[in-house]
Amino acid sequence: MKIIVCIKQVPDTNEVKLDPVTGTLIREGVPSIINPDDKAGLEAALALKDQYGAHVTIVSMGPPQADLALREALAMGADEAILVTDRAFGGADTWATSSTIASAIENLEYDLIITGRQAIDGDTAQVGPQIAEHLGLPNISYAEDLKIEGDSVVVKRQYEDRYHIVKCKMPCLITALSEMNQPRYMTPGGIFDAYREKEVKVWTRPDLKVDDSNIGLKGSPTRVFKSFTKPVKGKGTVVTLDPQESANWLVDRLHEKFIL
Amino acid sequence: MAVSDYKGVFIFAQQVDNKITGVSYELIGKGKALAADLGTEVTAVLLGHQVGDLTKKLAKYGADRVIVVDDPALETYMTEPYAYAMTEVIKAHKPEVVLYGATAIGRDMAPRVSARVHTGLTADCTGLEIDPETKNLQMTRPAFGGNIMATILCPEHRPQMATVRPGVMQRISPIEGAECKVENFELKDIAAHKNVEIVEVIKKVSEKMDIQDAKVLVSGGRGVGCPENFKMLEELAEALGGTISSSRACVDAGWVEKDRQVGQTGKTVRPNLYIACGISGAIQHLAGMEESDIIIAINKDPAAPIFEVADYGVVGDVCKILPLFTEEVKKARASKNA
Repeated sequence: MKIIVCIKQVPDTNEVKLDPVTGTLIREGVPSIINPDDKAGLEAALALKDQYGAHVTIVSMGPPQADLALREALAMGADEAILVTDRAFGGADTWATSSTIASAIENLEYDLIITGRQAIDGDTAQVGPQIAEHLGLPNISYAEDLKIEGDSVVVKRQYEDRYHIVKCKMPCLITALSEMNQPRYMTPGGIFDAYREKEVKVWTRPDLKVDDSNIGLKGSPTRVFKSFTKPVKGKGTVVTLDPQESANWLVDRLHEKFIL
Repeated sequence: MAVSDYKGVFIFAQQVDNKITGVSYELIGKGKALAADLGTEVTAVLLGHQVGDLTKKLAKYGADRVIVVDDPALETYMTEPYAYAMTEVIKAHKPEVVLYGATAIGRDMAPRVSARVHTGLTADCTGLEIDPETKNLQMTRPAFGGNIMATILCPEHRPQMATVRPGVMQRISPIEGAECKVENFELKDIAAHKNVEIVEVIKKVSEKMDIQDAKVLVSGGRGVGCPENFKMLEELAEALGGTISSSRACVDAGWVEKDRQVGQTGKTVRPNLYIACGISGAIQHLAGMEESDIIIAINKDPAAPIFEVADYGVVGDVCKILPLFTEEVKKARASKNA
């Protein structure tokens, strides 16, 4: 079985801080990580490899420094890694990103494609289903569990108040939730292999057959018009009292606001 | 076809088990305001099987027209039959704006539709406005885990499409007896578009009120200390006629169910009263609750960011203050009813 896992290197948004003076993002010193949902997708692929034997290829689109995320994936046990990188791909929205990645995947053989549900820097959840659309494949989003039955995958698909157990013939695309599993750590041997034995292939614009009108900023239907930090709400009253006084003070406030 | 030839505001009226999902009414409410600015109407697109009775409800909440695609293949949500039906409706009617709820259904179907009709899609919007000059839709959404807001345009493709976070837009007060145009959209052989099989449907049972419907939320964070202490939150919630919610930390720790989670990766809530107990107030959490009418925060750490958005803050130990607070609330209620 051949599995492709799409991963994105993202800044750890839990560590992103705002400059209190300028209100802009402080990106320096923010660690880059493999996006959590993608890492769960990678773990799912590696677990299938352990169980059935599979060839796992990692595809990532991003700047050259995304090499680090791909090396980590190799060190965890992936067989092959491809970095799709070119200035021509820059400024892409989800439409252009998905068409670029789909075009890279068209160069590869696969039975199953796994992406994360969404990346923590954008939270759109669009690229997975859009890759499937560009490739003409079925997709099952929000996978909390995944197993193989013959030539099909069976997925536990999460909704707000229920699950669907969905069966789909391969090839197809699954988007994974971080709740799916606990990703394994890199092993020392794996890290050695990732830097000495294995390579990260770099694919640039000429390696893809995608049309110029479908990539980068030019291929993006959406535009960022402006970005801003949210206006801060005026600070209220904060008190430090003993527990009983605190309780009384709160009840008084609720009376004042007619909640009691 | 020119961009200006696309007319009308469409919303995807999501139904599950023949019940309209709440966010659909919120989309009609917002869609009506946008339609007024554009000088057009709001149309709800209803996909399902034997869902005809639901059109009256959509009219009650302000839909000018409902387009129904009724087919056995649309009874239970599956990506492809739904994406197919929605795409065909869009191709036939050419709306200028299409809104979807940012639900587990909308966030799966809308990306496929956008890729298929070759237009943009802005995810999880919290603000939608019409630019008075260009008449373009300005779609505002949080990015970087809620750290910044971005306003997105889709200037040269139509329709302009967005998924909208549930709980953010306001529905209109229902108009009893309201009527609207209903059109059946004929589509042949939708069943041929099924490419997955649903083996089983497992419903999660929660006896608790949905946190997006609650008027009062007592919400717990790591500072609550342990899962057993949530009992105190439940008692206060009960005394105030609300329910409990939580920060992500408590969901990740397995203390509370995922459906209780408020924040960027959970639900957006705007209750009349939000009581944050032992929640430090990470930006991802604030993004999900800062629109609440009144916010009370109780936290040991006087520097906790939650105090920046709280109307009333108490610095202290949640576990000591809450039982006393609950007691005082009960007393106040009892004396009022006496």
